[in-house]
Amino acid sequence: MKIKVIINGEKKVLDIEPHEILLDVLRRYGYYSVRRGCDTGMCGICTVLFDGKPVPSCSVFAARADGHEITTLEGLPEAKEFAELLAEEGADQCGYCSPGLIVNTVYLKKLKIKKMDEAKIKLIGNLCRCTGYEGQHRAIAKFLGVEK
Amino acid sequence: MLSFKSYIKPKNIKEAYDLLQNNNAEIIGGATFLRLSNRKVDLAIDLIDAGLDYIKDTEENVEIGSMVTISEFEENPILSNLFNGYLKNVAETILSFQMRNIITIGGTLYPKYGFSDLITALLVLNTDIYLYHSGKISLEEYLKTKVHKDILEKIVIKKEKLKATFHYIRNSEYDFSILNVAVSKGKKVKIAVGARPGVATLAYKAMEYLNKNGLNENNIKEAAKIAAEEIVFADDIKTSKEYRKVVCEALVRRALLEVM
Repeated sequence: MKIKVIINGEKKVLDIEPHEILLDVLRRYGYYSVRRGCDTGMCGICTVLFDGKPVPSCSVFAARADGHEITTLEGLPEAKEFAELLAEEGADQCGYCSPGLIVNTVYLKKLKIKKMDEAKIKLIGNLCRCTGYEGQHRAIAKFLGVEK
Repeated sequence: MLSFKSYIKPKNIKEAYDLLQNNNAEIIGGATFLRLSNRKVDLAIDLIDAGLDYIKDTEENVEIGSMVTISEFEENPILSNLFNGYLKNVAETILSFQMRNIITIGGTLYPKYGFSDLITALLVLNTDIYLYHSGKISLEEYLKTKVHKDILEKIVIKKEKLKATFHYIRNSEYDFSILNVAVSKGKKVKIAVGARPGVATLAYKAMEYLNKNGLNENNIKEAAKIAAEEIVFADDIKTSKEYRKVVCEALVRRALLEVM
């Protein structure tokens, strides 16, 4: 089947199977920032924005996106600023989880979150197996302009 | 793996209901849990464009369309302020924010998932379910009723002066509950126990005891014991029924003390 979807602001027509998962389709069409992690929606690595809200693309059927808008890391201009903060704070080791974390954190900036505790509630689903989160939390606090 | 022969997004609930009457047709809800199943469905019906993602605030009630995601309990000011943030506090601990952005009210309530925290939390409120074909039914009755090939259209929560609280125990914070307990105190006390691992139920004998004898520390201790005795628990991969029984008594006691 064919779906019409806006990806990173561009209108696209994608050829998909009815049961195909959004993660697989995005990667097939070259959006390689969207990475496969747990495949059950629990690790946050495959996070994209669906109509502006962070979702695990491994748990959304691609057919659902027909007529809707998807934003990946490639479509977020604010991502660079946050990526630099992650690097400054030593918050990246293997970097595999970074795209999902960046997408979710950029969304949080739009919410104008005032406290780090509020941010943590919304970032619990972005797992990192390298850093122990301290460096990430320093970078997130700076990016969101909240006290750590 | 879950596979579909075809996938359709009806524009309204009538169209969805008519499609659902086909053989091997299924409403997919948020699809978070369904996606992990291993079966073949001929027609997947996605309600995302069916106009069921509304939240209506009236003087007496709050109406929530079945395609509203549970993250709205955190983000929507009408829902996040209900009962002093009670439902917001419950929602914020359910899985991840990304998952909460796709888990829907209808997708959680219609299948009566035993692991649901939300069902337990809603059970101690005055919550009604509106099914497209079968009509209005209280959540309490709905959980005991077999429903076939219908669509959950909305839930309606009555605004009341209630003090409510929710407790759970999990192997880790980011996991399903091994047991959850909700308690509310308005004109009467309500106690619900879920993830037992069966779907949530009210603790009728414990509620009756408290509503007859009043809410004080001694009665709370007794009511917690009664609740642990009357609720049916079972073993599953997470824990034993014996453990759940012990935990139930402790959580019911703590929750009741909180609303006293």
